[in-house]
Amino acid sequence: MPNDNEIIDNIANKEYEFGFVTDIEMDTAPVGLDESTIRYISEKKNEPEWLLNWRLKGFQAFQREKLPEWQNFPMPSIDFQKISYYAAPKSKKKYDSLDQVDPELLATFEKLGIPLSEQKTLAGVAVDVVFDSISVKTTYKEKLAELGIIFCSFGEAVQEHPELVQKYLGSVVPYSDNIFAALNAAVFSDGSFVYIPKGVRCPMELSTYFRINTENTGQFERTLIIADEGSYVSYLEGCTAPMRDENQLHAAVVELIALGNAEIKYSTVQNWYPGDKEGKGGIYNFVTKRGICKGDHGKISWTQVETGSSITWKYPSVILQGDHSTGEFYSVAVTRNRQIADTGTKMHHIGRNTRSRIISKGISAGHGNNSYRGLVQIGPKADEARNFTQCDSLLIGDQCGAHTFPYIESKNNSATVEHEATTSKIGEDQIFYLNQRGIDSEKAVALIINGYAREVLNQLPMEFAVEAQKLLSITLEGSVG
Amino acid sequence: MLIIKNLHAEVEEKEILKGIDLSVNAGEVHAIMGPNGSGKSSLASVLAGRKNFHVTRGEVIFKGKNLLDSAPEDRAREGLFLAFQYPMEIPGVSNINFLKTAIAEIRAHRNLPPLEAKEFLRMSREKQKLVEFDAQLVNRSLNEGFSGGEKKRNEIFQLAMLEPELAILDETDSGLDIDALRIVSKGVNKLRSDKNAFIIITHYQRLLEYIVPDYVHVLYDGRIVKSGTKELAMELEEKGYDWLKEEARGKETRERATI
Ligand SMILES: Nc1ncnc2c1ncn2[C@@H]1O[C@H](COP(=O)(O)OP(=O)(O)OP(=O)(O)O)[C@@H](O)[C@H]1O
Ligand SMILES: [Mg+2]
Repeated sequence: MPNDNEIIDNIANKEYEFGFVTDIEMDTAPVGLDESTIRYISEKKNEPEWLLNWRLKGFQAFQREKLPEWQNFPMPSIDFQKISYYAAPKSKKKYDSLDQVDPELLATFEKLGIPLSEQKTLAGVAVDVVFDSISVKTTYKEKLAELGIIFCSFGEAVQEHPELVQKYLGSVVPYSDNIFAALNAAVFSDGSFVYIPKGVRCPMELSTYFRINTENTGQFERTLIIADEGSYVSYLEGCTAPMRDENQLHAAVVELIALGNAEIKYSTVQNWYPGDKEGKGGIYNFVTKRGICKGDHGKISWTQVETGSSITWKYPSVILQGDHSTGEFYSVAVTRNRQIADTGTKMHHIGRNTRSRIISKGISAGHGNNSYRGLVQIGPKADEARNFTQCDSLLIGDQCGAHTFPYIESKNNSATVEHEATTSKIGEDQIFYLNQRGIDSEKAVALIINGYAREVLNQLPMEFAVEAQKLLSITLEGSVG
Repeated sequence: MLIIKNLHAEVEEKEILKGIDLSVNAGEVHAIMGPNGSGKSSLASVLAGRKNFHVTRGEVIFKGKNLLDSAPEDRAREGLFLAFQYPMEIPGVSNINFLKTAIAEIRAHRNLPPLEAKEFLRMSREKQKLVEFDAQLVNRSLNEGFSGGEKKRNEIFQLAMLEPELAILDETDSGLDIDALRIVSKGVNKLRSDKNAFIIITHYQRLLEYIVPDYVHVLYDGRIVKSGTKELAMELEEKGYDWLKEEARGKETRERATI
């Protein structure tokens, strides 16, 4: 019978499943960052003048901004001059059919469980695939187009729907928002673009799969989703990266715009390479995600399952501008080994009768460090605004840490803000109880964890809930406490 | 089925079980009584394999094999079941999914294919009826927010579902209302067969009127100080434990004197 410590140690030795590298010829920009890098990217992507100018403004902001200092971990020094800001598979930039995609690349995605042929994809899920800097393939595009839905790579959107891009780009996350958002504005390479027309309910899950492959590159994708009046869309992103000793930077920006009566559900299953047992390598995941409910009765819901990355720094937020609009944030964040997560949300109540709901479940194992950071802001006009926050931490072993930093700023007396928090440990008694029914300790922990995260997992689209559940079990395999 | 020989065990370096001998055959029901703190739950914990109990001497043979060597989950898979005195709550894990997992694990251990969903459902319905277990509780989170009595009934529902060969019931009757006591006893009686055995830990003779034991043992200070038949339970009900305690102390002093 292994004892607690052995079992806790085992978890650290669990290999990362997606750590392989694809050997494929890449078109990579030289390392380093200056104005010419930005012009290089913009030219590669054949961009209009206004976008180049916007990027350059982003670069200026980046040079002005400093690395943040308020987070609950020492910011690693990042040498921005040692990163290559553009890497794309050689050969054709745009694929009209699967035959034109490098077989090696197809094989990679098969291996990751993301088949690119439409026959094989999950029923009812359209996928956009981003490999390093470039969108490789978007499935079900034509079918969606019949409904007037635009689902394509960001690069394509710039070419084909410049008016939409220009109208909304940077309208929720301005290029000057923070240093990582500024960097993204300057060098973003690709990402996904979604537009749902008035009154249309998108009939399938839209999803983007991000893969970092090339060494010494960063991934800087940008996602823009616009749900026009009365429309609905559910969108999911997933991601993995090879195992490397160096840290790689991922600085993405996501902007969501929900007009009146529109609803956007955005789910993330984040499984970037977390680094090894000693904390060597892994992805620095510095991401800015924000949505705005512009019209009345809009709704934006963020759901995230964060299991990867050596550092996660992200606070998907909602600006509740329209009256009666709703913002939700459901999160499970797992840290083990030396992983750090500083994550949470901001809910800005501006309109009347706006609601927000925050459910955060942190799970810490090994030497992991997990912080919830949240801000609920009630503006002077947000009469009768309501927020409910539930913030739970689960500890496995006694080397890990859990912290919560809830901030509330209310300028309106009619608002109701509720906050509940718990910290618990997986009890030996709970595990023994399950053991006594024939369930071994590993499975017992998986059951307990999945039970603990249930409320969040339930928010995920069906197909992904099962995956996420498996991911949680695998991630915490052996973590008995 | 179960042979316990001179079993000594300690917890936190304190000796709790001080030489237990007990044999249980298939088809038998043994009742264990005894004052608070005498070691009844500890004995159950040692048999089920709880980690913080350390066996210092003696042996336990279950179905011809050394029980103490195997992990708690393997003991369970081999057919040993403990209805807990204090069942644990596991939030977010549905009762029925938990049972599905347990049954799958137990069957895999016995090289049986997993139960088909339909068969599982049928069985679950049948057993719910047998122990009159509320269908709503079946779908709720495992014991979360259950009343004391509901938890105890859930233990018996699980017992019915898992069909163990040896079931240890640790004070399952405490906290049950009169109707529930009758229902639970009826369930246990229906589950009784010549292939399985029960060890029933209780403070109350009343339960033993419903579930009639073949043997009654009294545990005091880590030892079985008296064994008998169901009449012994009646005697205890009348006289309490003091006379046995005195008897036991007397015996101990005599033993010391002979040494
Ligand atoms: N984990 C533990 N740490 C320290 N002492 C313990 C532990 N578990 C049990 N004990 C002690 O062992 C003795 C026997 O306890 P046990 O629970 O077996 O009694 P019991 O006969 O089941 O009593 P009751 O009738 O009250 O349920 C008690 O003195 C108890 O305090
Ligand atoms: Mg007891």
